[in-house]
Amino acid sequence: MTAAADLGRLAADLRAEAGPDLTFMEVCGTHTMAIARYGLRQLLPEGVRLISGPGCPVCVTAMADLDRVLAIARLPEVTLVTFGDLIRVPASRGTLAAERAAGADVRIVYSPSDAVRIAAEEPDRQVVFAGIGFETTAPTTAAALLEARAAGLGNFSLLSLHKTMPLPLRALLDLGETPISGFLLPGHVSVITGTACYEFLAADYGISGVVAGFEARDVLEALLMLVRLPEAGIAIQYTRAVRPEGNVVAQRLLEQVFAPSDADWRGLGVIPGSGLALREEFAGADAARRFAVDPGLSLEPPGCRCGEVLRGVTDPAECALFGTRCTPEDPVGACMVSSEGACAARYRYRGLDDDV
Amino acid sequence: MSERGTPGERILLGHGSGGKLYRDLVKDVFVRAFANPVLERLDDAAALTPSGRIAFTTDAHVVQPLTFPGGDIGRLAVAGTVNDLATAAARPLGLAAAFVIEEGFLLDDLRAVCASMAATAREAGVPIVTGDTKVVERGAADGLFITTTGVGEIVVAHELGSAAVRDGDAVILSGGIGDHAVAILAARGEFDFRADVRSDCAPLWGLVEAAVGAARASGGEEAVRFLRDPTRGGLTTVLAELAEESSLGIEVEEEAIPVSPAVRSVCDLLGYDPLTLANEGKMVVVTAAEAADAVVAAVRATKYGSEARRIGFVTAAHPGRVALRTPFGTRRVLDMPIGELLPRIC
Repeated sequence: MTAAADLGRLAADLRAEAGPDLTFMEVCGTHTMAIARYGLRQLLPEGVRLISGPGCPVCVTAMADLDRVLAIARLPEVTLVTFGDLIRVPASRGTLAAERAAGADVRIVYSPSDAVRIAAEEPDRQVVFAGIGFETTAPTTAAALLEARAAGLGNFSLLSLHKTMPLPLRALLDLGETPISGFLLPGHVSVITGTACYEFLAADYGISGVVAGFEARDVLEALLMLVRLPEAGIAIQYTRAVRPEGNVVAQRLLEQVFAPSDADWRGLGVIPGSGLALREEFAGADAARRFAVDPGLSLEPPGCRCGEVLRGVTDPAECALFGTRCTPEDPVGACMVSSEGACAARYRYRGLDDDV
Repeated sequence: MSERGTPGERILLGHGSGGKLYRDLVKDVFVRAFANPVLERLDDAAALTPSGRIAFTTDAHVVQPLTFPGGDIGRLAVAGTVNDLATAAARPLGLAAAFVIEEGFLLDDLRAVCASMAATAREAGVPIVTGDTKVVERGAADGLFITTTGVGEIVVAHELGSAAVRDGDAVILSGGIGDHAVAILAARGEFDFRADVRSDCAPLWGLVEAAVGAARASGGEEAVRFLRDPTRGGLTTVLAELAEESSLGIEVEEEAIPVSPAVRSVCDLLGYDPLTLANEGKMVVVTAAEAADAVVAAVRATKYGSEARRIGFVTAAHPGRVALRTPFGTRRVLDMPIGELLPRIC
């Protein structure tokens, strides 16, 4: 069977079995991209809506945290190392890319251990790794931190912007702004966390979740599973990668290095326990303590509706700036910058019928 | 300095002085490598004798590392300019090469680059007829920069380009994409991966000559409409620019675009779209639909075109936009890539 015929059959099943008005939320930036890139919305029956949630790490990073990153990057002794996604995100006054052009030492890596290597090679520099991401990337940051400690690298420190996934879903449901029929749960995060952390969705809110893979077929199959679950529950479609108990080794690594902390989420505000702060014994490698900077007053760009987009309240295309004043070339908000942002995905992979 | 080939011998600032060292460098390295009667005259300008309309182009090359799997800066510098001429359906007549060399550069490395340029130029059937060399202080250039300029004679009578493209024309791609960009990324060693990918860097005049001939034979004098090599910005940029400039739409089939498994897995790993990656040995050919099969067959018979395929067509349906038909039967707009290539982080 061709891929198109196979997906056509799944879409037909979905059409036959789905109720008239269903809204599913995906909470992983990679899902957001996959759905847009494969054009999956074109295959969904009319009553089934897919909305994006707070699943893009760069997008949910609060303005105040971005301002702090820029302030640290401006320190002459600092080499700020981070992932490429963060470079073009607008903070209150400028971006890391602009700071770099103005002379700041900002470097892009693909793995936190590259930051440790830089620290080892350039002992005269204060190397600050701005760690960002959910449970998927946080263990690699934890491993890098342990590596730096083992190597006795006093010039390496971490600014942790890491966050954890399930709590914002509770915050979102407590706000009650959007009727959500079910969640497409993140595949990569769940590889680490397992599924027990999502049980509250069914138990407390009567809402189902299915952990989905990232191929077109995975997403449609997961939606079909959501429709077919006889009662609220959590299930795994992405069985080739995700086990219910998750990756215990990575979980231990996280616990060893990080402790839950309050974290500020764009669009959702401060959610207690949803951040990953360095444990007290690693305080010496905490860039937030090592560098006392004044990030200044944080300002959201006027007209930007990223916060609402991240809560699933506003569709990217409903924002007045979308595709006009805010494009990937000249972004106003974080959701248009990150390769996993809902606005970037929608703009980049728009259908021929979208009028942008 | 007169002992030729002493191992470890380096370029000195004096080699750029215009004096004896300079003269020796030109004779021992450049004239020796590029050996041809026009260059051997060592005049300040070369005289060529074109028979018709000429095409004229220039391209600066600053690739790092200088040598990579599948090529080096020398092969790239010749192929790049030959291919730019080829996009005008121009047979290359002569190339000029300007070298900016960082003080301390190894003479043997320069010889190797020149040998590679000479081999590539021979393959393309074009002499390197003139040139210039400057040596700059250590730190003022990264090893070696080469600018090549080319003159070619145009072998078609009509104007090629986006204005020649018509509703219903066929879009042909000469082979798999993304190899050059991935080979360079891997060779740079910034990322912890090894990829069994070689740059596709190659001179394409032979391929274009075959395409132009086949198009003329099967679809008439003006059957070839548009030629462009998808270098920086990749296939996506070529198609998006063509749609925009022609005020016509383009529809391409994702599954028809050859991407090697190695390139695909690197893209999956780093979050790149192969359609936006640079190539140095590929050509996009737009022809009248009735000539397409003959052009594909002719291109496939050439050294660098064995994977040539028709990947899509020109349409009046969605002017200015490129539609990509996915393997799942859905369609989406292909947009020009922007700025820095961004990795995924989740």
